[in-house]
Amino acid sequence: MITGLTWLLACQLVGEVLVRLTDAPVPGPVVGMVVLFVLLRARGSGDDATVVRAADGLLRHLQLFFVPAGVGVVVYLARIRDDAVPIVAALLVSWCAGLAVVGWTTTLLERVGSRR
Amino acid sequence: MSGRLGDTADWMVHSPVFFVLLTLAAYRVGREVRDRTGGHALAQPVLIAVALVGTTIAVLGVDYRVYRSGTEMVAFWLGPATVALAVPLHRQSHRLRGFLLPLLVAIPLGAVVSVASAVTVVQALGGGAELARTLAPASTTTPVAIALSETAGGLPPLTAVLAVTAGILGAVAGPAVLTMLRIRERRARGLALGAVSHGIGTSRALTEDASEGAFAALSMGLTALTTSFVLPVVVALLVR
Repeated sequence: MITGLTWLLACQLVGEVLVRLTDAPVPGPVVGMVVLFVLLRARGSGDDATVVRAADGLLRHLQLFFVPAGVGVVVYLARIRDDAVPIVAALLVSWCAGLAVVGWTTTLLERVGSRR
Repeated sequence: MSGRLGDTADWMVHSPVFFVLLTLAAYRVGREVRDRTGGHALAQPVLIAVALVGTTIAVLGVDYRVYRSGTEMVAFWLGPATVALAVPLHRQSHRLRGFLLPLLVAIPLGAVVSVASAVTVVQALGGGAELARTLAPASTTTPVAIALSETAGGLPPLTAVLAVTAGILGAVAGPAVLTMLRIRERRARGLALGAVSHGIGTSRALTEDASEGAFAALSMGLTALTTSFVLPVVVALLVR
């Protein structure tokens, strides 16, 4: 477990450093994800690799790590109540529109691609 | 005696030990409710945990900032967990073949639509410029959403809350809405869910199907990247 976590943190650090060196507008962990992906491909890692087991362990509880940010809702309850209509409507509309556009575009292009 | 009791109670509601315990226990209750309800869509552990913790600190009169800094070590693991999303992607990488074009067109298009529609709706309903800038990045993963909100001139902590809300919406309703929209292909479903509900949507996608989860993870990463480029432009064009 510790060996696996060490690998995950090392990839994150490489990602964070790369982001700062290049001024890329991406979060470090996302670049770290790409770094780990390249490593896993290069080594052809299987399910018994320590980093894979540590990753599976963290991902089972992915939702837990969002709790501290989510609790921030208590601070903004009044603001959210005051602007409930624009906030709720914008959240719902942009969520639905994004979901539909990505889903439909992907399905359409995939059909066109597989017909060729 | 009552002085010591008061001091101890005061220490407790400022202690990371208490806050981390509260967070883990509330999350544990959330998992229990999900399992007992046979994985009901509404019973998302994050939703239940936020409600329980929020109520508890409100009742105890604890300042959110104190809670937030006390649980820094829980939030810290969001970084390594994001890195860990490379693993499902690695397992499904054979399914990437022939899917590159759809991916490279759909994700940027989705990013533009998400940001533009959020900004337009807020302003049309009289929400004002600051609120529009706050809502614009809400579909990206929480750390990115916070950073983007900061540079756009929104309210970053409120953006974080709204991003978590968009995530919960995806975990609760995503699969059902995708089916309603007749999007059935697993990879397409994953891409769509990751694009609007980031890590929380991805965690639901992972429980639905392995390749749906992997493509949601991929989509979350690419959406974070493209939104970072798209958002400043769309905000400059649309926010008045």
